[in-house]
Amino acid sequence: MIQFILRRLLVTIPVLFGIIFITFALARIIPGDPCRAVLGERATDAVCDDFIARYGLDEPMPTQFVIYLGQLAQGDLGESIKYSRPVTALLVERLPTTIELTLLALTFAILVGVPLGLISAVRRNSAADVGTMVFANVGVSMPVFVLGLLLAYVFAIVFKDTPLALPPSGRLGSGVTVVPLAAVWGLQDLQGVPRGILDFLSGIYLFSALITGQWAAWADAFRHMILPAIALGTIPLAIIARITRSSLLEVLGHDYVRTARAKGLRENTVILRHGARNALLPIVTVIGLQLGLLLSGAVLTETVFNLTGAGRTMFDAITGRDYVVIQGLTLVIAVIYVTVNLVVDILYGVLDPRVRLQ
Amino acid sequence: MTTAPTTAPLVEAVDTARPASLWRDTLGSILRQRSAVVGLAILGILVFVGVFAPLIATHDPDQVLLGVEDGVKKRAAPCIHVLGCPADQPQHLFGTDGNFRDVFSRVVYGTRTSLPIGFAAVGFAIVVGTLIGAIAGYAAGSADNVLMRAMDVVLAFPSLLLAIAIVISLGTSYINALFAIAIVSIPVYARLVRSSVISAKENDYVTASRALGESSYGILTRRIMPNAITPIIVQGTLGIGTAVLEIAALAFIGAAPIGAPEWGSMIALERNQLFTAPHIILAPGIAITFTVLAFNLLGDGLRDALDPRLNR
Repeated sequence: MIQFILRRLLVTIPVLFGIIFITFALARIIPGDPCRAVLGERATDAVCDDFIARYGLDEPMPTQFVIYLGQLAQGDLGESIKYSRPVTALLVERLPTTIELTLLALTFAILVGVPLGLISAVRRNSAADVGTMVFANVGVSMPVFVLGLLLAYVFAIVFKDTPLALPPSGRLGSGVTVVPLAAVWGLQDLQGVPRGILDFLSGIYLFSALITGQWAAWADAFRHMILPAIALGTIPLAIIARITRSSLLEVLGHDYVRTARAKGLRENTVILRHGARNALLPIVTVIGLQLGLLLSGAVLTETVFNLTGAGRTMFDAITGRDYVVIQGLTLVIAVIYVTVNLVVDILYGVLDPRVRLQ
Repeated sequence: MTTAPTTAPLVEAVDTARPASLWRDTLGSILRQRSAVVGLAILGILVFVGVFAPLIATHDPDQVLLGVEDGVKKRAAPCIHVLGCPADQPQHLFGTDGNFRDVFSRVVYGTRTSLPIGFAAVGFAIVVGTLIGAIAGYAAGSADNVLMRAMDVVLAFPSLLLAIAIVISLGTSYINALFAIAIVSIPVYARLVRSSVISAKENDYVTASRALGESSYGILTRRIMPNAITPIIVQGTLGIGTAVLEIAALAFIGAAPIGAPEWGSMIALERNQLFTAPHIILAPGIAITFTVLAFNLLGDGLRDALDPRLNR
């Protein structure tokens, strides 16, 4: 088991190195004067000389790469031109929104997608099955931003002044705040990395409001996240439903399922205990892969719903050609994606002994 | 994914009397898949609309109609005369946008951006991916290792984000968007071809060809590659759908030129008018959804029809 985990870790190292290399290379293929491309046309020569010296842009490429690695090792992702702040600081402030959104979307996708898939497989060719599969087909085909805009229109305009009305933008209603953990726990004097971690956790409102018992704020934050989470979660939901269906159909054809039925077990027991338990294994892998879709989709969803997360920051950076932010975010999100998939791989090995023996 | 075919077995019995033809058999099994037929039908309509766009569009897609057409309003709701829209208002099937342009004509012309870019991006990715996968699978050893680790790195990025980073670095244009979408989808085809090559190259008929003195190139192209074609066709069809989604997404977030009659950028331009003029967003939104749906249905149908392991 430990050998399996170590092997997986070792395979990940070159991939991480490759990711860093690609982000480095992308920064170097921007056409024209690199300093003025990043800092803007009006940058003075003095500012540019300073910039070139800082990133070693007059050095040979390999040296530049070493400088870049050194900066990354110190947690330096460069500085945003638009905000005049380090990208790391922006991330601590904004990544929590994205994490909250993606986790909620993923939860929605699993909680709805898995049962839908199971029902479709059990009631194969029934109206429920056909309906689910039509929904799944349309669901994977609709762009996240179109669905998001449609949801915003329906729940904010059509259902306006009804109990179904939901806020179409922002994270909290006006006047509502979530008191940060540092303030609740009287840790305002805390500095440095521990404070950063605490602020980061505070930014995940659904988590920080929950553990500090700020119920009204929690409910408000949740209401604001419903539409974005549905918009973002629908494509993964459709994919999960389809995989669950085909996976359960395959498992139900196995001999041991026939044996279970022959033993006279109740149909529910056969499907849930013998069928679903094995059918859900492949879904673990799928969920890891969906994270890529979710993180990409977060850029679109946060833009549609005006959520100031990492995705929205990406959008602003694209609009303002804030190259340093784009590269920093791409790198960090890719690393998160790889890490989650590593964890999923290992988890899969824990759940299915056949995998780790390969 | 789709259900078992429902055609009457009688028809098949008559067919078998004729000499079997590979192409007719294949076409027949594709047409027995309901989803493939629906997908093909939608795709046929889209291609038709794209080819005959100048005849179908009611207006010039880029023409600002202010001052050109009497009574034209900014962001006017759809007005169709036969459906009871007053005759004194100018007819616009999907209304007009914020620049006094005809939304219907822009949606029609949008097929001319999304479909060609989708096809070209996937075509490019298939060519490069096949080359990489074939070399990796056939050569094995260190070449395989280097190539596939490189593919792993590309796959390690969420694809849309990598595409954004590439387009922004190269400069925003549709050609660069095409290129970026192609690059991020190369690994899928490379892996597909590699696994087909690896499983095919141990077959006896390959060993026989080698014993007969056929060159490596000949073995690869004539004996091994035909095995990889089916999965590539299926994946490529689904891939075009993904590419169309990605083009729209790139345009929506401003990583493609704004202003062209392209569905994603049409939505981006009028996003803030959602609550006052939803039709401007709905029309291109439905166009994207239908296009992607067509390729997804066709891809699923092709997989069910062409995969011998799923044979009825």
